[in-house]
Amino acid sequence: MMIKDSTEKIKEDTQPASQPRKFGGYNFAFLDEAAKREIRRALLKAVAIPGYQVPFASRELPIARGWGTGGLQITLSIIGPEDVLKVIDQGCDGSVNAVNIKKFVSSVTNVSTTTDTTEATIIQTRHRIPEEEMTENQILVLQVPLPEALRTVEPSEIETRRMHAEADYSRMWLYLYEDIVKYSEISIGPRYPVMVHDRYIMDPSPIPRWDVPKLHMAESLFLFGAGREKRIYAIPPFTKVEPLEFEDVHFRMEDFSGKVCRRCGSSNSYLDEIIDDDTGVRMYVCSDTGFCDKRCR
Amino acid sequence: MISSLLNVKGLTKIFGKGCSRCHESTGPAFETNVCSHCGSVVACSDISFELYPGEILGIVGESGSGKSTIVKLLHFDWDATSGEMHLTEQSSPSDAGDGGDKGIQCGFSNKWFSGFGAGLFELNGSNLLALSPYHKRQMRNFLMGVVYQNPYLGLKMDVSAGGNIAERLIMANWRNVESMRSRASELLLKTEIPVERMDEPPRNFSGGMQQRVQIAKALSNKPRILFLDEVTTGLDVSVQARVLDLIANLQRELHLSVIVVSHDLGVIRLLTQRTLVMKYGRIVEVGLTDQILEDPQHPYTQILVSSQL
Repeated sequence: MMIKDSTEKIKEDTQPASQPRKFGGYNFAFLDEAAKREIRRALLKAVAIPGYQVPFASRELPIARGWGTGGLQITLSIIGPEDVLKVIDQGCDGSVNAVNIKKFVSSVTNVSTTTDTTEATIIQTRHRIPEEEMTENQILVLQVPLPEALRTVEPSEIETRRMHAEADYSRMWLYLYEDIVKYSEISIGPRYPVMVHDRYIMDPSPIPRWDVPKLHMAESLFLFGAGREKRIYAIPPFTKVEPLEFEDVHFRMEDFSGKVCRRCGSSNSYLDEIIDDDTGVRMYVCSDTGFCDKRCR
Repeated sequence: MISSLLNVKGLTKIFGKGCSRCHESTGPAFETNVCSHCGSVVACSDISFELYPGEILGIVGESGSGKSTIVKLLHFDWDATSGEMHLTEQSSPSDAGDGGDKGIQCGFSNKWFSGFGAGLFELNGSNLLALSPYHKRQMRNFLMGVVYQNPYLGLKMDVSAGGNIAERLIMANWRNVESMRSRASELLLKTEIPVERMDEPPRNFSGGMQQRVQIAKALSNKPRILFLDEVTTGLDVSVQARVLDLIANLQRELHLSVIVVSHDLGVIRLLTQRTLVMKYGRIVEVGLTDQILEDPQHPYTQILVSSQL
């Protein structure tokens, strides 16, 4: 990533009002330099302690909290003029949220955008990890609604912090045990809890189970931002990330055996189910539209 | 000479800011445990006793005498104002046999802790009341079991009975569902709970059954020390008798050291070998249970014994 020297930015921001201003009158990447610096410090700490939730002063942005402000603040803090941005929402490049975030970042940075995973240097995403394997030159920024994986079992923030500090995760395991007793398997769909670097239980954001193994020993850097909850956490490259599972009840991904994408014919990607209103016919298409389009071409 | 398992010295708990005269202005001599100088409540003060391996020690006294406070302090539920608690390392025949049992062992040497990530700390000679919260939790998980008067304190009512037991096993790094369920069935069978009700939450159970699930949960990690805090209070007489029989049998079978807190002298007579009599946060008499009940020396103990129905 190219991150410009912050003093240069401050100079740029304090140029006389008579001169024409770039980026619609805002600082490069919208946030002021002090805000970006604070977020970068939080990111460095998050990378240093994989899976640990670092508090940060979440800023106001021109989108509502809960619509990706955490991810957006991370993107705006790390983006440089040479970066290539891709934004996806549930795998789709063309959804309203993804398009608006892409337009906004582009207007305050002038960076180029893409729908091709391999071309992008920064990918901001909600609820999916792209199908194509990412490389060490890429960063995936995930928008996180609820960063606390233990919230399901403990409502108190003080108590969850104690549980993380003491690695006291028995209640999370008990929750999984009870799930098995009730349903004969672990019924958690998205937000499947993972153990990062054998230390912290982490919420991988509401990605499907299909995407969870992609976090393990990945070449790319994963950054997680929760704007509403004011938390940042990270998985650095080549970090051990394992879904919670028992010795005799294993983690299972969604099963798409026998189903293929109607558009590209892929049988090895996460598929969305579509039901034709008129005929009632069920069909499947790739959730990752960029991947699907590329295969169709 | 048998060495003690647990050695408690000068255990004190004061609710309130406390002052230098709290100790001298409260107790049986003043017939109060509220300090007349600062208004603090001295729940227990300068309590010292020893618990021997395989012994059942009773603590008896009226309401507010500090019996349950002692259990809560020794089980690390509350922090003591001052005092010390020491463990003496014992070699027990059960140490050798349970080595491969998923990391759960009955001894408590440093070796015993090493498998649980508790870090290296010396148990022998260290004051357990001064341990970090993390180490206290480890001690509670692997060394102690507790059965409260109120099952709502000891059980999670929205989790199945088997799950309540599994929680303690999970704390000891068990990660095999089938093994956990088989251990839970074994314990429920031992505590006379129908195994087919293992997946029901304890809120569906009667009071006596809930107490027995608590006992099963407390025993799941094969503790060395068991605390029983008014376990039979609120149960009808026939259920009381069954619970007491169960405790006595399990104690013999597992060679547990037990501290029984009760205001019921019948329970104390039936279960314990030695008894501490408490009043206003102080121990007023200590002795063999038979001796205490047949030949009480302290005036308060005499009243207590003579007031039995």
